[in-house]
Amino acid sequence: MNLRCEHLSKSFDGTRALADLSLTFPASGIVAIIGPNGAGKTTLINVLTGFLKPDAGRYFLDERELSCLPAHRIAQLGITRTFQDLRLISQVSVVENVLLARPNQKGERLLSALLRNGVAAEENQNHDEALRWLKFVGLDGVTNQLAGELSYGQQKLLTLACCLAAEAKILLLDEPVAGVHPNMVERILGLLRQLRETGKLVVFIEHDIASVRQVADLVIVMDEGKIIAQGKPSEVLERPEIIEAYVG
Amino acid sequence: MDYFIQCAVLAAIYGILAISMDLVAGQAGLLSIAHAGFFGIGAYASAFLTLHTGCDFAVGVIAGACIAVAVSFILSLPTLRLNDDYFVIGTFAFQMILFSVLNNWTSVTRGSLGIRGIPSPTIFGCKIDTSTEFLILACCCLLFVLFVVYRITSSPFGRVLHAIREDEVFAKAHGKNTLYFKVAIFAVSAAFAALAGSLFAHDITYIDPTSFTVMDSILILSMVIIGGAGSLWGPLVGAVVLITLPEALRFIGLSSAEAANVRQIIYGSLLIIMMMFRPRGLVGKYGFNK
Repeated sequence: MNLRCEHLSKSFDGTRALADLSLTFPASGIVAIIGPNGAGKTTLINVLTGFLKPDAGRYFLDERELSCLPAHRIAQLGITRTFQDLRLISQVSVVENVLLARPNQKGERLLSALLRNGVAAEENQNHDEALRWLKFVGLDGVTNQLAGELSYGQQKLLTLACCLAAEAKILLLDEPVAGVHPNMVERILGLLRQLRETGKLVVFIEHDIASVRQVADLVIVMDEGKIIAQGKPSEVLERPEIIEAYVG
Repeated sequence: MDYFIQCAVLAAIYGILAISMDLVAGQAGLLSIAHAGFFGIGAYASAFLTLHTGCDFAVGVIAGACIAVAVSFILSLPTLRLNDDYFVIGTFAFQMILFSVLNNWTSVTRGSLGIRGIPSPTIFGCKIDTSTEFLILACCCLLFVLFVVYRITSSPFGRVLHAIREDEVFAKAHGKNTLYFKVAIFAVSAAFAALAGSLFAHDITYIDPTSFTVMDSILILSMVIIGGAGSLWGPLVGAVVLITLPEALRFIGLSSAEAANVRQIIYGSLLIIMMMFRPRGLVGKYGFNK
């Protein structure tokens, strides 16, 4: 699956967050988007997932145009995301959060919910699948705990489990290791490396250049809504102007 | 004895109403002020049909529910795209419009004169004559509503409703068409409110627009808040409390006029106390804003 955008622009009260941005993502691998605050990184993810409509420009998944689709349709087509401010259903259990992310559930149709035809069997399958992904991210010991009771790092893992349970091909992660303990950073980066082997495309926004160096196959540097550099980490992150501006 | 049975019938009818309100306000987090409107639609549809066509009570109930569902769709399209406060204002406006229609469409509703002489319900040829029989009918309807609500809220559909209540963005990010869920639950809720309206019309035998005002919507909402939002039993408990508590005033020697005012004070005080000390309500699972 190829995600690309053409001439995307988005402004907020006259401030340009995206300025005629065109970009083609690779079909798989790990892509890091870096840049200073206000560079337009989160706006790009918000636009690509349908949570913001661009002022101009279009974006596509393979040949299918996504620009006019609502957020839930884009998610159904296989693009899922996490948020900087963790978004979870804190008052239900960890496993229920993951169950919620499972796609195409019969029991989510009103009539099926009432008649329960085939819903129980599907629910059991989804439960097993949810436990599988919780085990993958290392949360199998807290499946019945309330999501709101988890540590911040565990909640980051839970958001990742939700994205994986959604069976998405493209994961857009907004600062997945920001604000977590160094041990948890290693754990999350390890998971991203494992995902590389599954053929998914993982795009993540990050300020921590060390993390980017460790896992990214491709680095995209943004500033003032434009891409100012892109390439392999070993090339891009060695450029003097990038070092001066973002690495220090 | 008839007096107590009548109190129980009213508690069952308002229990159905509160449960239907909880579906949208407690389960999905949509604060609707339009519920008395759907209650009125059911009451008028059932009263009109049984009086003018002599049809079965079940036909009146189904017709009332169908009209309420159709109206809920019309109301849903503009209002369910609105957020929070604007949704409340939208449903408030609908409630005001519906009250005006009931008050002014005199050829059907007889306006402020109301419809009197609504017959006792007949179900498949059997006439429900006594108050005990009516209580059994109301309780059967209540059990049916509880069963349907349990099926909905304990299913994946209910799980998405909870997600919408807590964080709609999270639900959308995982591919849930939240508008569909909101429209669907609003329709189910409207149908149940109409069912309660049908029962009310045949129980009281007289209806006029003053039984279906904004104040009645707020009373139904108070039942949900006091009993406990987002739970199966909470709204029913709230309805029983708010129906029976004011009745107790009759036994302490207050006149009807005094009792009406004291009742308003009790409702207001209860709401403030619950919000301050027990926002989850008497048996609820969540604070009303969650």
